[in-house]
Amino acid sequence: MSRRISPVIPGFGLTLGYTLVYLSLIVLIPLAVMFIHASQLSAAQFWNIVTAPRVLAALRLSFGTAFFAAIINGVIGTLLAWVLVRYTFPGRKIIDAMIDLPFALPTAVAGIALTALYTPTGFIGQFAADMGIKIAYSPFGITLALTFVTLPFVVRTVQPVLADIPREVEEAAACLGAKPLQVFRHILVPALLPAWLTGFALAFARGVGEYGSVIFIAGNMPMKTEILPLLIMVKLDQYDYTGATAIGVMMLLVSFVLLLLINLLQRRIETPN
Amino acid sequence: MSIRRYALAALASAVFAGSAVAKDFTLLNVSYDPTRELYQDYNAEFISYWKKSHPGDTVKINQSHGGSGKQGRSVIDGSPADVVTLALAGDIDEIAKLGKTLPADWQTKLPDASTPYTSTIVFLVRKGNPKGIHDWADLIKDGVSVITPNPKTSGGARWNFLAAYGYGLKSNGGDEAKAKEYIGKLFKHVPVLDTGARGSTITFVNNGQGDVLLAWENEAFLALKEGGGADKFDIVVPSLSILAEPPVAVVEKNAEKHGTTEIATEYLKHLYSKEGQEIAAKNFYRPRDAEVAAKYEKQFPKLNLLTIDKDFGGWKSAQPKFFDDGGVFDQIYIPQ
Repeated sequence: MSRRISPVIPGFGLTLGYTLVYLSLIVLIPLAVMFIHASQLSAAQFWNIVTAPRVLAALRLSFGTAFFAAIINGVIGTLLAWVLVRYTFPGRKIIDAMIDLPFALPTAVAGIALTALYTPTGFIGQFAADMGIKIAYSPFGITLALTFVTLPFVVRTVQPVLADIPREVEEAAACLGAKPLQVFRHILVPALLPAWLTGFALAFARGVGEYGSVIFIAGNMPMKTEILPLLIMVKLDQYDYTGATAIGVMMLLVSFVLLLLINLLQRRIETPN
Repeated sequence: MSIRRYALAALASAVFAGSAVAKDFTLLNVSYDPTRELYQDYNAEFISYWKKSHPGDTVKINQSHGGSGKQGRSVIDGSPADVVTLALAGDIDEIAKLGKTLPADWQTKLPDASTPYTSTIVFLVRKGNPKGIHDWADLIKDGVSVITPNPKTSGGARWNFLAAYGYGLKSNGGDEAKAKEYIGKLFKHVPVLDTGARGSTITFVNNGQGDVLLAWENEAFLALKEGGGADKFDIVVPSLSILAEPPVAVVEKNAEKHGTTEIATEYLKHLYSKEGQEIAAKNFYRPRDAEVAAKYEKQFPKLNLLTIDKDFGGWKSAQPKFFDDGGVFDQIYIPQ
């Protein structure tokens, strides 16, 4: 008989029990119900629903705009985190607090406000319209709304990691003759990349599922500016419950595969060998 | 106001007051998008009407509004609605079919196919009608932008769609291919598809999009009435439109469970009374009652109206043909 090594938090059975019950009630059972509902369809029926041209167009749009929004926030968010961590200036705390506002604001409010600003007759949209650019009611507008709602993710994941990198490391590299670009490439990027990827993945996943803010600015034209979550709502409004769950399941699978890939990528970065 | 009715009410309360036990009622009316104002007015009227014969009761009426399809689905999914007042019979049919909370023949329970008021589809244009829009044919002229909600999610948009399609048929001697061509061209002029009628009104009125809004007549009048809208918009009545018939029904199973069957039924029946009809007319719904209709004759322009039953074979055949997946509406957007 080997003696059990007692963990830091006591009561393994109890904590695991709570974890499983909680996960089941909140995540697994609702998702499982969706799969069960979709399993009423034959494989061929399922395939027909999820490969309909309108669904594929929405799939490209949802994942494409979410990807671009996550990339934009990946760049701008890192910059924001950098400014907030590395500099002290008056009003820094206020700006820091503002970063989280997109989380607190009801997304519908954000959507309505953005739409009012960016329609071709809106406060900002009129200038874009003069230049022949349509922001609201185009994929551009969708990306804009997603950029707004997913802003906090990259900032909040990169910020603490950046704060933990001692400036001495950069200084030492500089003393050893590294140029600024080399310091960035060899010191900062490797340290920040895992956290950055987490932020990117969160922003991306959130963007794919976002409904409230996008619906007002999207225009909702089939084949052009119709996002997948709207298509699910449209199916439900037509009392087509199975069609809606089929699209839901498809979204879930695609998202899961993408998030899994990002996780694997992250692991490879963290353990280079 | 007729004295006789008050006398009757007084008599009725005298008879019932002794035996009746005071009750608390809460009714939930699940309705479609543009009826908010109508039912706010009507609920106040109904509560005072009910109290005349049931002085001890307290009555509270909650309203829920949204796209007709979404509202129908919420009732199927278990919303405790006592009555539904939706944009089209098809949505209540679905509740009967999928939710089984009311019988399939619900539409026979009240007069006029359970439709106490009607409406039609008109055009709302910018003041002075700068694009010269007078009829359906003008909507597909170059540079005209048309706002209508998505017929997949909005009951009003389905009436819009059928009115336009009806025009396409009539102007081409009943040629379906030509009608489809017209409707295809029309939707090329639509830049935004909101999910409900109120959303489209906001897009047109508040966000300044489009040259013409295809709207419920009541919604168009409301846009004129509110916030100085009469200085910004004009209503254009096309040569041909459709008689929009938004029906009402008691959700029988729910009402039974809540013990509200009697009051819920009375709530809908009272819509047909002179008072109910007056409130409908004041909120720009066309009343069924001939007397009230005559009184408000000037408000509602006369025009040729198609009907869903005569011209489209009822919702049971129109819904799959036009709006289900792969139907006429989908064919506009998806290359065949």
